[in-house]
Amino acid sequence: MGMAVPRSVWMWVLVVGAFALGAWAQSAGLIADILWRWEDIVFLARQHMQLVAISGGLAILVGVPLGILLSRPAMRRMAETLMQGLNVGTTIPTLAVLALSMTFLGIGTVPAIFALWIASLLPIVRNTYIGILEVPAALREAAQGMGMTNLQMLWRVELPNALWVIFAGIRTALAINVGTVPLAFLIGGGGLGELIFTGIALAETGMMLAGAIPTAILAVLTDFLVATVARFTVPRGVNPLAR
Amino acid sequence: MITLENVTKIFESPSGAITAVDHVSFEVPEGEICILLGPSGCGKTTTMKMVNRLIEKTGGKIFVDGKDIDDYDPVTLRRTMGYVIQQIGLFPNMTVEENIMVVPRLVGTPDAKARKRAAELLGMVALDPGIFLKRFPRELSGGQQQRVGVARALAADPPVLIMDEPFGAIDPINRETIQDEFLKMQANLKKTIMFVSHDIDEAVKMGDRIAIFREGRLEQYDRPDTVLAHPTNSFVREFVGGDRTLKRLRLVRVGDAMHPGAPYVFPEDRIGDAVARMHEYGHRSIVVLNREDMTPTGLIRLAEVEEARGSCGEHAMRLPGRVHVDADLRRAVSEMFTQDTTWLACVDSDGRFKGHITQRAITHLLGETYRHPNEGVVPDTRRQRGEAVLEPETGPIPGAPA
Ligand SMILES: Nc1ncnc2c1ncn2[C@@H]1O[C@H](COP(=O)(O)OP(=O)(O)OP(=O)(O)O)[C@@H](O)[C@H]1O
Ligand SMILES: [Mg+2]
Repeated sequence: MGMAVPRSVWMWVLVVGAFALGAWAQSAGLIADILWRWEDIVFLARQHMQLVAISGGLAILVGVPLGILLSRPAMRRMAETLMQGLNVGTTIPTLAVLALSMTFLGIGTVPAIFALWIASLLPIVRNTYIGILEVPAALREAAQGMGMTNLQMLWRVELPNALWVIFAGIRTALAINVGTVPLAFLIGGGGLGELIFTGIALAETGMMLAGAIPTAILAVLTDFLVATVARFTVPRGVNPLAR
Repeated sequence: MITLENVTKIFESPSGAITAVDHVSFEVPEGEICILLGPSGCGKTTTMKMVNRLIEKTGGKIFVDGKDIDDYDPVTLRRTMGYVIQQIGLFPNMTVEENIMVVPRLVGTPDAKARKRAAELLGMVALDPGIFLKRFPRELSGGQQQRVGVARALAADPPVLIMDEPFGAIDPINRETIQDEFLKMQANLKKTIMFVSHDIDEAVKMGDRIAIFREGRLEQYDRPDTVLAHPTNSFVREFVGGDRTLKRLRLVRVGDAMHPGAPYVFPEDRIGDAVARMHEYGHRSIVVLNREDMTPTGLIRLAEVEEARGSCGEHAMRLPGRVHVDADLRRAVSEMFTQDTTWLACVDSDGRFKGHITQRAITHLLGETYRHPNEGVVPDTRRQRGEAVLEPETGPIPGAPA
């Protein structure tokens, strides 16, 4: 579920890509061009990651509890319909979400964060909901039969056993998020998109790459970070990576 | 004590109502093991889950120690009952130790105490705490998981246990062992236990009483020996099997069918003494014991030594066979068949001679119940409790080897 691409594949794409790019950039004198913009890159990358952190953080803070809420037996019936709705929601292109957000909230950081938040919310809610739903019925029955309250069961059995799937949702969400942030520049959100889109507009390859390469690196680093957190927080007994 | 009165469960399903349990009434006395037995789908699990209210009954009443379970909050009720579910259901996110500590933690037992208890219980189900406490369920075999499941149910020392096929995933050899261990444990703990099984042999071995179900109805509720000796209808008769009388052999200990106080001689005794003693007891043979440790070493037959002289040792023949006093009659009969004999010497754990057992004594004992119907041979408390099961026949049995 989620995250079908293993990290090692990402790494390879990155290494091979960087190598080819480096060889080509060297010949074109692009490396000097990129390094010349170092200060801009650092400033915009920080802005970029702020957008990711705020919108992604809010998506986790809202998405996980929402997924849990929907997984409660009392909500089951409603949850199914809502999930259908959310699934339709995921098919809306993020660019359209940004445009809609701008229509209602205007230009600037707030509408950008809002759009990014919406885009990352869906995978988190869905994976939390499904992760909990997929906890084997026998575990629930054992927990209940031993005298756990619903809250104790959620905390001690359902969440720990769903955690791996929840993290997969967070990984997907943040991957979408980091990749969408450049578009946020279009509605005045800032970030590395500024270099990419300006570079494209001015037909300046160096400027464009100065935005694109750091964006790619940040995406890989973010994914690596979440994977690492998952690896060390998911209980060893249900963690496919711990043996 | 668990009492069911007219308990009924009707499941509503899209294809219509299913009566899973139909006006079932019976009582599990304090400290006894009651086996719910029957073919798949007959309502065993449903009956059991109504006791801890995982399933709410449609009609009837259930009392635990005289109190109506509907007066309890379900969570409180469940914490007073150990529960082993059919699918084992260990929590994969917790170590074996944490799994066992679940209920103690719920009821607020101090951690150190719960930890100690977990190690103890693991030892009790024959798993080495040093190896298994820190393992995760996925690192255990099915049988090991099931043992942990049983340990987990016992953790908070609940007076009542309900267990749904707790040994179903264990291979036959280890199952015998863990059943024996469990019975030994039960002899000390004296829990009131409702135990689901679909294995008649397990039921006969483990049960103080057996409740046989068919399609939601209770067909017979009796002690194992009564169920085997006097099935109430053709369904029960068929279910317990055509070899039901052989199964009864497991219910009686050799020591209880044995003829105690049989005469014996030592190798140094004169053969005349042996002959005199055989005449005195009316026996056709006599056992020769080693004087130092009282172990049987041979046998003297009257027919062969009546005119003989010399010591008993010179005339002793090979002992046809021996059996432990704590073994069950099935073991004894098997030994008789193996040795082609109708007579066995009975010995204790040190090999000391305790008496002898004959095929006739066994047949007589099993046949008793048919001469006096409505009474099982095996009285109320079982051999596992370490109490004498029945009065042995008195007087000499002239059934020595022909
Ligand atoms: N939740 C349910 N809804 C509808 N029918 C059910 C439900 N649970 C059980 N039943 C039905 O009730 C009957 C008794 O089921 P139960 O689980 O008690 O059988 P069992 O004796 O434990 O069988 P097994 O030996 O296979 O475990 C079956 O016919 C089953 O299909
Ligand atoms: Mg069942």
